[in-house]
Amino acid sequence: MAKEFELNEVEVWDGNYATSQALRQAQIDVVAAYPITPSTPIVEGYGAYVANGYVDGEFVMVESEHGAMSGCVGAAAAGGRVATATSSQGFALMAEVLYQASGMRLPIVLTVVNRALASPLNVRGDHSDMYMGRDSGWIQIDAFDAQEAYDLPLCAFRIGEHLDVRLPVMVHQDGFTTSHKAQNVTPLQDKIAYGFVGDYVPVDDMLDFSRPVTHGAQTEEDWHYEHKAKQHKALMDSTKVIDEVFAEFKELTGREYKRVETYMMEDAEVALVLLGSSVETAKLAAKQLREEEGIKVGIVSPRCFRPFPYDLMAEALDIPTLKAVSCLDKSAPGGAMGALFNEVSAAAYNTESRPMITNFIYGLGGRDFAVDEAKRIMREQKAHADAGHITTNIQQFSGLRGPKLGFFETRRS
Amino acid sequence: MSKGVLATDKRGMRELGAEEKIGWDEVTQGVVLNSFEGDATNIAEKKAEERDYADFSSYTATVASWRVIKPVYNRDICIDCQNCWVWCPDTSIVSRDKQMLGIDYDHCKGCGVCVEVCPTNPKSLLMFNETEDNDEALAGWPQKEKKAKK
Repeated sequence: MAKEFELNEVEVWDGNYATSQALRQAQIDVVAAYPITPSTPIVEGYGAYVANGYVDGEFVMVESEHGAMSGCVGAAAAGGRVATATSSQGFALMAEVLYQASGMRLPIVLTVVNRALASPLNVRGDHSDMYMGRDSGWIQIDAFDAQEAYDLPLCAFRIGEHLDVRLPVMVHQDGFTTSHKAQNVTPLQDKIAYGFVGDYVPVDDMLDFSRPVTHGAQTEEDWHYEHKAKQHKALMDSTKVIDEVFAEFKELTGREYKRVETYMMEDAEVALVLLGSSVETAKLAAKQLREEEGIKVGIVSPRCFRPFPYDLMAEALDIPTLKAVSCLDKSAPGGAMGALFNEVSAAAYNTESRPMITNFIYGLGGRDFAVDEAKRIMREQKAHADAGHITTNIQQFSGLRGPKLGFFETRRS
Repeated sequence: MSKGVLATDKRGMRELGAEEKIGWDEVTQGVVLNSFEGDATNIAEKKAEERDYADFSSYTATVASWRVIKPVYNRDICIDCQNCWVWCPDTSIVSRDKQMLGIDYDHCKGCGVCVEVCPTNPKSLLMFNETEDNDEALAGWPQKEKKAKK
């Protein structure tokens, strides 16, 4: 029986430590992992809990991230609660198996500490890995600070393992800015946390010898499509369970999570849409700009990246006063608009307010994003609002040295 | 080779892919397929023909149409060494109590491994064209080869 871990009412934890504590409290059966910067301390911390008797489950050292996720798929198909952690190149190496996990409907929890993808090689935080996973069929939830990096993995087990969902869940946090920044975290005591997560209920587990099953069957053109449609339906419908789990978590802790978080949007004329640790920066900038210059700025942040909350995003942007919105994407767009721009535009197009929408690429490879730059972008949105049309390129780059870089123009008012 | 001794009625009862094409709402979650109907506790102790295979088990499907050449088994020469049973990659050699019974033509792909590993002289298994009649193949079976004298 696992030992109980003594916890203070308020701890000073960084995002990595907070996540490793949440994983410990969930009493996972198998963690198969291959550590990589900046998520290494999650695995390191978890390994120490196992070695010191705080966890009853198995910790499996594997030869690569592909092996790590493969180990997770095997253990989950066998009927265990399973989780792991990774970042960046490790995430990329897992990619093939991520699709297997979701297609096989295995509720694995993957804690991803977001980091840039090479080349050029870079260990700092941006959202390249998170964006890479967006078509993999996983639920993707983003933690913006250390408290959330503790809370959301606990919710992730509940969401993914729910019998109406049965899908794997990624919980993201930003490399270094969240993972290595110590903050006050209010944890739950072990028994309360486990009581919230609950016992794992296996489905179609291979260790049920009374009902042998085949996992990972091949299907060709006569069956594959139906299975993918069923999987997509489960992912789209998971929003209901996500909302329920968040509501239950609020009841337990007083901490409220929504699939789309909003800040001062009630009367906003301009808004930024962004996620990750930059949300806090943007909130501060919005608050200051309202006080200093009277510009009515609001912030919208998708907590849930997949399934993308088109419903709540449209609701958040359908405000009569809202004129201009900029979507900030912390990932190299690879010949397109940033993903947030695309999703948010899709959500906003059929709203009554139908604001002008622009796109900023920012923060690549850990480039700093500070309050002053956030304010500059907000003022620019105000200029669009005043002019009645987008006065710049639709896609621009924030915090980039060299000549101004931008793409596409419009005169639409 | 008679089929009756080899299987239940369910073996090879349908062409692979001839299943009822149900819609997305009815397919199993995660493409998980159950192998047997009902409680399968200690199923390994039951002979294949005594097991209640599920419709989605490949046991109930036939892939005979994939084969262009087939092994034919000659009981008169076989020494029941079980080599073919061990080596067959598709469990298509049927053997009971270490006595060779024949080929499962519903699942055999015609790879020829059984013929390759057969140690008798002449061989107790030989490959023939799929269209050839088994009795005719047996009637024309080759004679024992004499070792060439030095």
